Amino acid sequence: MQFGIFTVSDVTTDPTDNTTPSENDRIKAIVAIAKKAEEVGLDVFALGEHHNPPFFSSSPTTTLAYIAAQTSTLMLSTSTTLITTNDPVKIAEDYAMLQHLADGRVDLMMGRGNTGPVYPWFGKDIRDGIELAVENYALLHRLWTEDFVDWQGKYRTPLQGFQSTPRPLDGVAPFVWHGSIRSPEIAEQAAYYGDGFFANNIFWPKEHYMRLIGYYRQRFEHYGHGTAAQAIVGLGGQAFMRTKSQDAVNEFRPYFNNAPVYGHGPSLEDFTEQTPLTVGSPQEVIDKYAGMREHFGDYQRQLFLMDHAGLPLKTVLEQLDILGEEVVPVLRKEFATNRPAEVPDAPTHASLVAKRDAALVTEAETAEVAS
Amino acid sequence: MTTRKIAVVAAGLSQPSSTRLLADRMAAATAAALEAQGFEVEVTTLELRDVAQDVTNNLLTGYPSPKLESAIESITTADALIAVTPIFTTSYSGLFKSFIDVLDPQALTGMPIALGATGGTERHSLAIDYSMRPLFTYLHAVTVPTGVYAASSDWGSETGLGDRIERAASELAALAAVSDRSQRVRDPFALPEGFSPVGGFGAQ
Repeated sequence: MQFGIFTVSDVTTDPTDNTTPSENDRIKAIVAIAKKAEEVGLDVFALGEHHNPPFFSSSPTTTLAYIAAQTSTLMLSTSTTLITTNDPVKIAEDYAMLQHLADGRVDLMMGRGNTGPVYPWFGKDIRDGIELAVENYALLHRLWTEDFVDWQGKYRTPLQGFQSTPRPLDGVAPFVWHGSIRSPEIAEQAAYYGDGFFANNIFWPKEHYMRLIGYYRQRFEHYGHGTAAQAIVGLGGQAFMRTKSQDAVNEFRPYFNNAPVYGHGPSLEDFTEQTPLTVGSPQEVIDKYAGMREHFGDYQRQLFLMDHAGLPLKTVLEQLDILGEEVVPVLRKEFATNRPAEVPDAPTHASLVAKRDAALVTEAETAEVAS
Repeated sequence: MTTRKIAVVAAGLSQPSSTRLLADRMAAATAAALEAQGFEVEVTTLELRDVAQDVTNNLLTGYPSPKLESAIESITTADALIAVTPIFTTSYSGLFKSFIDVLDPQALTGMPIALGATGGTERHSLAIDYSMRPLFTYLHAVTVPTGVYAASSDWGSETGLGDRIERAASELAALAAVSDRSQRVRDPFALPEGFSPVGGFGAQ
């Protein structure tokens, strides 16, 4: 079971003192946050991609490579990579490059992006979002698994004998998750490829995601990648903690009330009841997240959103200390208890190389028997 | 005996409201028309006032609260709908439109609907036809020809309000009688026809 953090890279005014960090402040803060994540024993750091203010992260591989150079165990991922508006050829190249530099500590999460104007800015149409996600990923998948690709599609110029470079590290592509809030098409796509499915989980009630993940698991089995229980599931989450529950509520409330997306909407109390957001003591966070497997089945990756809505860097680093030292160690034990043996861990570069090698051996043996 | 489900949406802001009064009369007339044909009738009434904050929160967050979700479900899975709004500033009320805005755009496709509206003056009666009807046409709902407008004055004199209610109700009952909407099994994960996880044209 992997634990980590994900960020949307927003530059937001701190509502308690009305100060706004500069882009440079936030970019440097993200690096500090990622390094802190490794220091406190978290497994994953995932960075969003946006092409409009107030977000800074337009160039995630640059940022992740810089972080890779200053960390040694942290898995670097995305939340999400825009499979709709990016050229799949450039994604293949950029992330293979990152995979080499980071010695395989890279995977990525595909998302469509829901900001309407970004599509036309990149020559696309949001109404084609699903079709773009499906076709672009089909090409990306081939670019990483086949050395030379002839390809023709609807959304980019055709390719003849094209080889994307560098080739993936050890000939094994980075693992891919597909993120979706509501589209069964994306769950179907993840299942078809045997890829991971990540449910953002933080903006909608859990019942919605339980149905979506249930569907993905069932289709994963249908496509012959293993049993439904062996499907690779990731979940988002959100927490704010202080030793005393009421201190956490008092401190977080102004950030919640003014947050992008849900600010000025539901009350903190309603939102914590309806979604996984937990504001309280570390024990309350443990209780809430230890219960997730009851709803979603045993899963592979839990990411927390910890740094948005204008929270100052100092506070975020304190939160990561609490998360890494008090919450995650207990959750690791809880999740390991009674975890069925058939449930796999989240794929890593090492496990994917081993799996590929095992498949090659089986193939060779079969060929030998046949000859 | 076969059952037909009638949903009622009333966007009146006060309690009690003349909008609810009109909605109830349209519902009762529709139920009576169906019962006369031998149907059992279940009427579910949603006063938007009761979910006004949930509707606003849904607009802001993108998801319905459990309370609103179940209210929406009871509306969209009915055999026929009666939609009644006060007319504010020449059109349906903002709350009414906000509620329609949080519905899935496909949720009312094929839904038989009778339209009703209330207002202070009879001069707004055409608002049903120039604001409400195009809204539901866009959503591919099937609106019955008779819209029922009740001005304040209609509640105190014989202006044919009862006749208009009866006519709209009988038009709606005819459509509800042949509706199977409430019996349908809905698959939220139904993929669009022809969907392929590797894409269509040339992408194999």
